[in-house]
Amino acid sequence: MTRADCFTLLPLMLIAGTPLVLILVIAFMRNHALTVALTVAGLVAALISLWAVAPYIPRQVTPLLSMDRYAVFYMGVMIVSVIAVAILAYPYFEKHRWHREELYVLLLIAVLGCTVLVASSHLVSFFLGLEILSVSLYAMIGYSKNRKSLEAGIKYLVLAAASSSFLLFGMALIYADLGTMELARMAETATATSTPALLLPGIVLIITGIGFKLGVVPFHLWTPDVYEGAPAPVTAFLATVSKTATFAVLLRFLYHPGVQDYRTLFLVFVIIAVGSMIAGNVLALLQTNVKRILAYSSIAHFGYMLVAFLAGGNVAIEAVTFYLVAYSVTTLGAFGVVSVLSDSSRDADTLDDYRGLFWRRPVIAGIFTLMLLSLAGIPATMGFLAKFYVLAAGASAAKWSLVIILGMTSTIGLFYYLRILVVLYAGSSERETPAQPLVPVGGFVLAVLAALLIWFGIYPAPLQDIIRKNDMLSVSVSPVPASERLSRHQLQPPGSKL
Amino acid sequence: MMLIWLIVIPLVAGILAWLTARWSTEAPRWISLAAVALNLLLTLAVWIGGDNTVGSGTTTVWLAEVDAPWIPRFGIHFHLAVDGLSLLMLVLTFFLGIMSVLCSWTEIRERIGFFHFNLLWMLAGIAGVFVALDLFLFYFAWELMLIPMYFLIAIWGHENRIYAAIKFMLFTQLSGLLMLIAILALYFLHYQATGMYTFQYGELLGTPLSERAEWWIMLGFIIAFAVKLPAVPLHSWLPDAHSEASTAGSVILAGLLLKTGAYGLLRFVVPLFPNGARWFTPVALVLAVTGIIYGAVMAFAQTDLKRLVAYTSVSHMGFVLLGIFSWNPLGLQGAVMSMICHGLSTGSLFILVGALQERIHTRDMDRMGGFWTTAPRLSGAALFFALASLGLPGLGDFVGEFLVLLGSYQVNVGMTVVAAFGTLASTFYALRMVQRVCHGENIQHWQFSDLSPREALIVAPMIVALLWLGMYPQPVLNTFAPAMQNLQRQANLHAMARQNLVNE
Repeated sequence: MTRADCFTLLPLMLIAGTPLVLILVIAFMRNHALTVALTVAGLVAALISLWAVAPYIPRQVTPLLSMDRYAVFYMGVMIVSVIAVAILAYPYFEKHRWHREELYVLLLIAVLGCTVLVASSHLVSFFLGLEILSVSLYAMIGYSKNRKSLEAGIKYLVLAAASSSFLLFGMALIYADLGTMELARMAETATATSTPALLLPGIVLIITGIGFKLGVVPFHLWTPDVYEGAPAPVTAFLATVSKTATFAVLLRFLYHPGVQDYRTLFLVFVIIAVGSMIAGNVLALLQTNVKRILAYSSIAHFGYMLVAFLAGGNVAIEAVTFYLVAYSVTTLGAFGVVSVLSDSSRDADTLDDYRGLFWRRPVIAGIFTLMLLSLAGIPATMGFLAKFYVLAAGASAAKWSLVIILGMTSTIGLFYYLRILVVLYAGSSERETPAQPLVPVGGFVLAVLAALLIWFGIYPAPLQDIIRKNDMLSVSVSPVPASERLSRHQLQPPGSKL
Repeated sequence: MMLIWLIVIPLVAGILAWLTARWSTEAPRWISLAAVALNLLLTLAVWIGGDNTVGSGTTTVWLAEVDAPWIPRFGIHFHLAVDGLSLLMLVLTFFLGIMSVLCSWTEIRERIGFFHFNLLWMLAGIAGVFVALDLFLFYFAWELMLIPMYFLIAIWGHENRIYAAIKFMLFTQLSGLLMLIAILALYFLHYQATGMYTFQYGELLGTPLSERAEWWIMLGFIIAFAVKLPAVPLHSWLPDAHSEASTAGSVILAGLLLKTGAYGLLRFVVPLFPNGARWFTPVALVLAVTGIIYGAVMAFAQTDLKRLVAYTSVSHMGFVLLGIFSWNPLGLQGAVMSMICHGLSTGSLFILVGALQERIHTRDMDRMGGFWTTAPRLSGAALFFALASLGLPGLGDFVGEFLVLLGSYQVNVGMTVVAAFGTLASTFYALRMVQRVCHGENIQHWQFSDLSPREALIVAPMIVALLWLGMYPQPVLNTFAPAMQNLQRQANLHAMARQNLVNE
């Protein structure tokens, strides 16, 4: 490792260093505000360091990590999201009496796992990143120490451990077949000599592991329970940062322009996507708990993203990236509202907690309305453009059945968002309960998120430029022409170079 | 530039109205009134000052135009333009906008700021639909006007408002998404043919399409517009939404929202897919005639006044559909005249029903009767608009329906005959309504005040406008004639181009 290599890893080191500082500070002095401030400072430093390392990328740091524009872009998105989570967690946990400071240690370690994930170019770093993330999540999900939270923690622990073993087994099969765990070399070897009997099950097992983390059908069963049980800021983290990292790694490992030519894989993803869109939206109709509704809606949203992923073509990555950013902003905002409204005894997650909220706390309810409209994909929000991107990606690849299923299911989706809206604006008279003061920091984060949502929803060009500039996988994946990859499923044409 | 103001003024005024509601209950009303009046003046200025003859030549038909790149990634432009058709729709929009602000003056007593915010944003959305010339922008405005409408129904509506609001949203949203998919399909097919990504109406007009593609894409558009129109099998959201909305909501729904569907058919479906529209014509004519008869029969069977008026809309919009798909000058003139006059006459009926409901808190006709003695001005106005609605010669609606029938006669005699019976049926429901409300015995001994000066101020311009349109419609016909000629010319041009493509 050269010095330049080390320097390129600066963001990761900063993120890894901050929890150490935190542990030391906590050992001497328990102060919630100070802990949050240090957390945010560390994250901001990491964010700034992304610019500092920009001249050195793309750079392969050891076989494990590839610091390319793709990784750096996603790190930026995730770090910003985590800053929001940390600030939202402050008012939330301030109301709790017991040890609050350790949460931020766990949070930072989880982010470290996420950053490793998005930069991983090797199955080992992929697995390490995922485990760092999962282990911290177990503790974070069970952090509230009430029955539901602990139950959710255990549930997540058992299922995540099981899915990790699937992942490991899949990796083993791939290694057995290809003799390498490096992404770049895997792509090369896979085209030349490979036994589909080992490779394909290997990939499918990895999809199982990733699918579990994303909570897509049929690996979604944990999602509603965990979303409901976990403290609201942790749910926000789980729903946005951890899923963003997982989807980013999925793209890095499995995306290539000809993914639809692998017919089996394509079929697997079609089933997952359609299942997620239908099950997520339909099951959400039956819920009365806001966190559970949002959980099912997130299942559906990852179904939509998979449509873009399946479409392939040059819009696909861009569409997915835009969608992930939009989804992160929106979901952070939605769970941010939940966490700002929660008190020390329980989370504000039943529909009754929101009855007539607009007439009592118009600003918060207004922000929540925006978030819900964005989730539903109504124009002038980022959610609309994200959906537009996905539809455009699907249409450009002429995947009409997927696109139409998306349209139909998102109309079902609209129904339950409207149900929350109806409750928000319910109330027959002007019941002027004394307006509770909005926690300044939480309110500030929510306002920023809402502003982003509208700004990029109306004028997305700056964000699109950034995304396109980091157009991305071309750097990390060695560009193997689709025709060459196709050959795995066809007889070698005579005279081919292989 | 004027076009941007038309959109920006209501948006800003909406926010202002919302904010000022904290300090004053009157401020939001005056702000809204001023904003919409200003917009009306701006549009009238274009109408009167505009040189409307240019369109008859081969040059542009646009009286005003704004075009700026918006989302370059997809080749999306912020492209607004008005021709005679758009202009008349805008005049109608802001005219009815003023009426709906006025008619909610005393009706809406709660959440006044938010109400006017929604009202103004919806007017901005509707204006956007009528002037957008970029298909993405069109869809954007199309969807944007739904959310305020949803709130107008769901918050200030009557008993069953939540159900009606959600039903309205789901119908329009699903059909809207189908249209979006169709727009995207057109966009990519255009790219494949020309190598250029664009949503511009002018560019997409001549997109070479195979027959199958044209058919499917057109269907996506037609479903969206048929839901809004509404054409018969897709109309079931309408009676609920109309009867549950507050007066202003009903006025805007009937007067403006339905027109966006008809406008979409005129502006987009036929010129973009001329061959598809020709294949679809028999179906459309059947749907139109079914709507005319069905709406009239259903209206006759209602006891809820608002539902009655709502069903008359189904019937009238059937005439509009008939006129559009006749696609000859007479039919098109009739369709646009019907759109305008229906907006005025049905809007006024809703205002009167709203005024009545504000006084007696019921819409049930079984409990009414003999109001002529109690409220002669109100009853007289009701009779006038009922007569307009049934198509009495001398009033606007007659001109529209007569022209539609003349136009459709050239296309299909059978359908025209059946549709003509619809005008007969409308006599039944309109007169029955007047008879049961204004005449007979006042069983419940209602006593209430007659139309107030404010309400008279709303009704009087409507009466004048309908009389003018009925007696001397030529200025209006002249205004949109070049636009219609242009649409027909475009359609013929592209129909032939595509035919040649198929023949090759």
